[in-house]
Amino acid sequence: MGWIGETVDSIKSIKIRQLLTQAVTLGMIVTSALIIWKAMMCVTGTESPVVVVLSGSMEPGFQRGDILLLRMTKDPIRTGEIVVFKIDGRDIPIVHRVIEVHERKTTGKVDVLTKGDNNDVDDIDLYADGQMWLHRHHIMGRAVGFLPYVGWVTIIMTEKPIIKYLLIGAMGLLVITSKD
Amino acid sequence: MHSFGYRANALLTFSVTALAFICAIASFSDKFSNQNPSAEIQILNINRLKKQSYGNDEVSLTLDISADLQSLFTWNTKQVFAFVAAEYETSKNSLNQVSLWDVIIPDKEHAKFRIQTSNKYRFIDQGHNLRGREFNLTLHWHVMPKTGKMLADKIVMPGYSLPDAYK
Repeated sequence: MGWIGETVDSIKSIKIRQLLTQAVTLGMIVTSALIIWKAMMCVTGTESPVVVVLSGSMEPGFQRGDILLLRMTKDPIRTGEIVVFKIDGRDIPIVHRVIEVHERKTTGKVDVLTKGDNNDVDDIDLYADGQMWLHRHHIMGRAVGFLPYVGWVTIIMTEKPIIKYLLIGAMGLLVITSKD
Repeated sequence: MHSFGYRANALLTFSVTALAFICAIASFSDKFSNQNPSAEIQILNINRLKKQSYGNDEVSLTLDISADLQSLFTWNTKQVFAFVAAEYETSKNSLNQVSLWDVIIPDKEHAKFRIQTSNKYRFIDQGHNLRGREFNLTLHWHVMPKTGKMLADKIVMPGYSLPDAYK
């Protein structure tokens, strides 16, 4: 209970200049995080350099909650590559393996078919109505690296937003009441 | 400076940094493994080569696949995904790759195998280009680590061909 008294006291004793300094510091932290994120986007060539595995369709290799590191290069798409793609009109990226490639001689365009390792059938039913193949512009990146379990933080924060608000509230409180 | 909050924060930062470092080293250790996988594929039989009712050629075949992928397993390997693909060229497409069969190898003991099987996935062309077609069979493998960088490679076996007429 003394802790609450302490917190109230320290909020009362805030001076304007100190508050402004702390606001600027917070802003600097947020912007440097943004800079790092954008730099990663440049280096890896894809708009989402990191994705969290959301479904069990690539088990046992990738479990729900794992993190995949992505890269996108101009190299041609070949079978066996694990790609992340988005279907037109849908937001959620899907991580599956390429099982079929047909590349046109004249234009260099590719028709790609994918399938999750743990699924029995290929992804034809996942594509948009009437769509038989994926094309290069659907594909956001190739998976090149992998970190287990780290993605659970994101999944928990997405599925139980209350935890996200609690965390941000606690961090905000910490910043305001710190005496640095 | 010595409150519970600061200590918890310092502990958390340190443990995350240490874990990240350990993961990076584990992945780096994979560079030093000596890998020499081998494989051989024979086509036992071309069961059918037909034209589908709405257009494209389709092949059904039986393969005899033998491979030794044991040297791909390191202490940082979670599983190896291996698959056999047929690769060929047609007048319209500079490259066609069709996956015929795949397997998930969970550990070193299962990595040396011989299997006779018909193709798991349908071998369908974009068109009618399969009669008399020559193709390669490639065995690809994809090493999925416990943590870190994934590795993929393949063995190409050329010289297979399909019959000249539908059967």
